Amino acid sequence: MSALLKYREMFLVAAIALLIAAITLRFPAFARPQNLAAVFNDTSILVILALGQMAVILTRSIDLSMASNLALTGMIVALTNANFPGIPIPLIILEALTIGAVLGAFNGVLIWKLGIPAIVVTLGTLTIFRGATFVVAGGTWVNADRMTPAFIALQRGEFLGMPVLSWFAIVAIVAFYLVMTRTPVGRSIYAVGVNPSAAVYAGIDVGRAKFVAFCISGMVAGLCGYLWVSRYVIAATEVANGYELNIIAACVIGGVSIAGGIGSVGGAVLGALFLGIISNALPVINISPFWQMAISGTAILAAVILNARGERKQGRIILKKAEAA
Amino acid sequence: MSAIETSAAPRRIPDRLDTPLKGAVLSWEALLVAVAVAIFVINSLASPYFLNAWSLSDLTFNFTEKGLIALAMALLIISGEIDLSVAAIIALASTLMGMALQADAGTPMLVAIGIGTGLLCGAFNGLLVTGLGLPSIVVTIGTMSLFRGVAFIILGDQAFKGYPASFAFFGQGYVWWVVSFELTLFLAAALVYWFLLHRTSFGRRIFAIGNNSVAAQFSGVRVARVKFILFCLTGLMAGVASVLITSRLGSTRPSIAQGYELEVITMVVLGGVSILGGAGSIVGVVLAALIMGMVTFGFGLLNVPGIVMSIFIGLLLILVIALPIIWRRLFGRRPA
Repeated sequence: MSALLKYREMFLVAAIALLIAAITLRFPAFARPQNLAAVFNDTSILVILALGQMAVILTRSIDLSMASNLALTGMIVALTNANFPGIPIPLIILEALTIGAVLGAFNGVLIWKLGIPAIVVTLGTLTIFRGATFVVAGGTWVNADRMTPAFIALQRGEFLGMPVLSWFAIVAIVAFYLVMTRTPVGRSIYAVGVNPSAAVYAGIDVGRAKFVAFCISGMVAGLCGYLWVSRYVIAATEVANGYELNIIAACVIGGVSIAGGIGSVGGAVLGALFLGIISNALPVINISPFWQMAISGTAILAAVILNARGERKQGRIILKKAEAA
Repeated sequence: MSAIETSAAPRRIPDRLDTPLKGAVLSWEALLVAVAVAIFVINSLASPYFLNAWSLSDLTFNFTEKGLIALAMALLIISGEIDLSVAAIIALASTLMGMALQADAGTPMLVAIGIGTGLLCGAFNGLLVTGLGLPSIVVTIGTMSLFRGVAFIILGDQAFKGYPASFAFFGQGYVWWVVSFELTLFLAAALVYWFLLHRTSFGRRIFAIGNNSVAAQFSGVRVARVKFILFCLTGLMAGVASVLITSRLGSTRPSIAQGYELEVITMVVLGGVSILGGAGSIVGVVLAALIMGMVTFGFGLLNVPGIVMSIFIGLLLILVIALPIIWRRLFGRRPA
């Protein structure tokens, strides 16, 4: 099983290396370390979001509301900053995490306590959160001159030669790795996705595990709300509109199975980086950015076809063993 | 998407069958009729411009195009699959119609290209899902990017305009008095889909597949073929909707019908179709389409911005699903 996952991640690493090599042929400066670091920094938000989405997909659910959660939380923290410039940024980040987690918990409660399918709940909250963004801002937007310099500057600061935004992503990757592989919470999320019935017999509350996963994805979306708004220096209703599908695409390309239970932190990160590299490379190799959508669509289809092959192989091996026994 | 319910409560076995009247009163469709009537009355009281033949006719344009897709999507979701690419199919079909227009294609040719593109896109989805055994939610997220992506590659930030006057009839024409061509087509399609789902063996097979596709397979239902046909039908309806929208707007942009897929699915779920498959009715979907059309039109008359309306659509979706569940918890019975 772990060999298969490693194979899948190695395949993705190879695909990314090939992609970078192909781009470098057209534009040699692309592979320079400074540029690759800039691409990573530009993809940081997608990386963090993909990790949150992965936790949800692992439990056989899906969170369509992440981008709307991001927009709503981003708008609220931007308004907080504009109206109370005295509040320190760490408190703003705490606010973003809390609001995001509360919105995620709203999804989670409906799924846990009422047993409504996640796709229906988050389809509803996708539009509710987006509409609420419009309502809390009164239809207006918050731009650079209403944000404090500290609010904008934090993620642009350098720490050990890397922008702070990149460090947010690195900390998230490490935190997710530890939580998913080394804690009961992470293992219960996997268990629920692999086999819910077995999870129940192992004493795991399936609904509660889903609830936790949605709190995590909400918290992550909230954090990214602050990061997004301070990065692009605008909080508006249309922020990250339709971005929920990019997040899911990153997970699918990263080998996270939509049927639940299969997926890794490394895979989700690589999937997000794959999309980030494509969107950063198209302008420098003179391909119209209008090609990006079709290319990521093709990448999703290729990834899902290849991953299905992997799963099928695994099934054959089990059958052979059964025949031999 | 195949969630396994592990906390299933012991099923209550009735000691006698409910009377048909009781069943009808407590049915999902009855609930939807009540909601529809309530919204109709509220709208009439809230705006003096609502209760008027032409206003009501304009109202129908809010749901006919999405409703046409919802009819086929309902069958697809009942069979346990889903298609998120329908809005992207509209964009691609509309773009190809625009290209044909540049090559001086006539109205019949434009319609054929629009519907044909939809059918081919649906077949492509169906082939990937049934031929390769891939999960439909992922496949159609992929084809959603692919189809609309191709539209963006062809059009970029440009637009196709100048559709012939005869082409305008589909989206702007009236069959009789205030009855538009779109409404007529929607009602006719609803009748066809009602018959197909509720009165043919094909319809029974769809329910069988949705409830237990393995059992259906062993009962001699060609599961893959039925699902493939349903994907083709959904694509076909998206193609038809593309002809209507392009005709109504008179222009094509690659961003046409953005976000429609979620509204169509909301319509289907609101109509009482189980997102897990196996249950649902065409009457429910038609009522849900009507409700969503009335809500958005009513708010529009009151100058409520579209984004605020979407809050109510989202709340409506969650409440209509959640309330019967809470009701069952409190009173131990669910309007089925």
